Amino acid sequence: MTRARVAVVGAAETSELGVIPQLSQIELHADAARNALADCGLSPADVDGVATAGESPVAIAHYLGITPRWLDGTAVGGCSFMIHVRHAAAAIAAGQCRTVLITHGQSGHSRVGSGGRPGGGASLSGQFEAPYGIAGPPTMFTIPVLRYMKEFGLAHEQLAMVAVVQREWAARNPRAMYREPIKVADVLASRLIAYPFHLLECCLVTDGGGALVLVSAERARDFPARPVYVLGTGESSETPMVSQMEDFTSSRAFRVSGQQAFAEAAITTAEVDHLMIYDAFAHLPIYGLEDLGFVPRGEAGRFIWDRNTAPGGRLPLNTNGGGLSYTHTGMYGMFALQESVRQLRGTAPAQVPDVEISVAHGVGGMFAAAGTVILGREPG
Amino acid sequence: MPESRARRPKPVPTPETRHYWDGARAGELRLQRCRACTRAYFPPRPFCPRCASGDTEVFSASGRATLYSYVIHERPAPGFDPPYAIAVVALEEGPRMMTNLVDVAQTPEALVLDMPLEVRFQKLDDEISLPVFTPAGRA
Repeated sequence: MTRARVAVVGAAETSELGVIPQLSQIELHADAARNALADCGLSPADVDGVATAGESPVAIAHYLGITPRWLDGTAVGGCSFMIHVRHAAAAIAAGQCRTVLITHGQSGHSRVGSGGRPGGGASLSGQFEAPYGIAGPPTMFTIPVLRYMKEFGLAHEQLAMVAVVQREWAARNPRAMYREPIKVADVLASRLIAYPFHLLECCLVTDGGGALVLVSAERARDFPARPVYVLGTGESSETPMVSQMEDFTSSRAFRVSGQQAFAEAAITTAEVDHLMIYDAFAHLPIYGLEDLGFVPRGEAGRFIWDRNTAPGGRLPLNTNGGGLSYTHTGMYGMFALQESVRQLRGTAPAQVPDVEISVAHGVGGMFAAAGTVILGREPG
Repeated sequence: MPESRARRPKPVPTPETRHYWDGARAGELRLQRCRACTRAYFPPRPFCPRCASGDTEVFSASGRATLYSYVIHERPAPGFDPPYAIAVVALEEGPRMMTNLVDVAQTPEALVLDMPLEVRFQKLDDEISLPVFTPAGRA
């Protein structure tokens, strides 16, 4: 028999079962979670992995006050929780996290704060954000940036420069949707979408897709294409409500995810040759450069303005043109990974010379979650 | 009440948020505070998100806040005519919340970060009044 490497140490149900109209669905998750943690003498602060179905693991972690380094939102019906156990065991065995909380809660009878579309009127976002006129990512993802601009003196022109530089990369990529060169003045003259964001500072909306195939490192050399090795990965979440970010000038999820990936890969930012940062809006590369540790806090606007991330610069960033100019289907992260792989294989349209290590950093929701993948030409 | 306001997405209170919406209807901004670590927190839940204590209490906040960040949306949304600001304010007690800014021009010139604000309540219907904010010191 193989030696077990993972065990269940806490287990509990909600305090009541049956008909519980006094608790909403998310509170049923929390009640069960707090009981299970009490059962093993832990508190939410001890938990670093969250898995759930029916609610987002982002919402559960934020509600309980957990800063996760591992998330599993596999939602495939009633067996989801068995699958969470399987994923959690693998994650713990691999050292990705130490203490995983798996929750279930469902107001199936009373239908309190449950059912309907995500973000329905009884969800926290439905109660405390939706009534104020939010209308999709352009009105939510964008809200933190004025605070950043005030704290660090980021100029409108510097924000616009993010789009200008990425268009320079896109001009080198025949598959990019927008390839015509633009200037800062063009960006600032484009239609205001949600002040301070202009049309050209917002991502495209496109159709498309991508896929990856992964095998063991031992098998990797048996395939036709040059292998690209996974050197380190990280993940985290912060809040399902952008209004509840701890700090509007920095993403906690970016920081936690990035630190974990770099620790796993055992490399520093100085060793990175190529970088992809999910750019749904022009401020995201600025937050990403700082929160991943490439640039000191408050200096990313200047860093981009000084053309460090542009063609010929010392840290090539979003070399496919990014979500602002290449493509953005809605969940763009796959395209950032694809470009990292192309750059490492040496097959990118805007190929950067001698890329040994590439980082692809993605965001989920509106600064809700983050994932970081560090890829290399050599297995390490 | 403007007709357009009736078309806004309406909050559906849950048992854990009922005190907040009851308070808003009564013209009070109600927050929760942890008795163990004394921190005020938002949005509502029956335990402290910082220290996990269940020993919490509801209290009436001062209604004073400062403007933390915002965007000015240039396109229409149900119940809103552009341009309108979607703001996040920092309450005097610490927590931040999303809101709208009323009785003030919806322009970058009029909306200056860190300006002092105070709460008002916009009635949506007999159950729901929304906390909104206006520049402090106005009648």
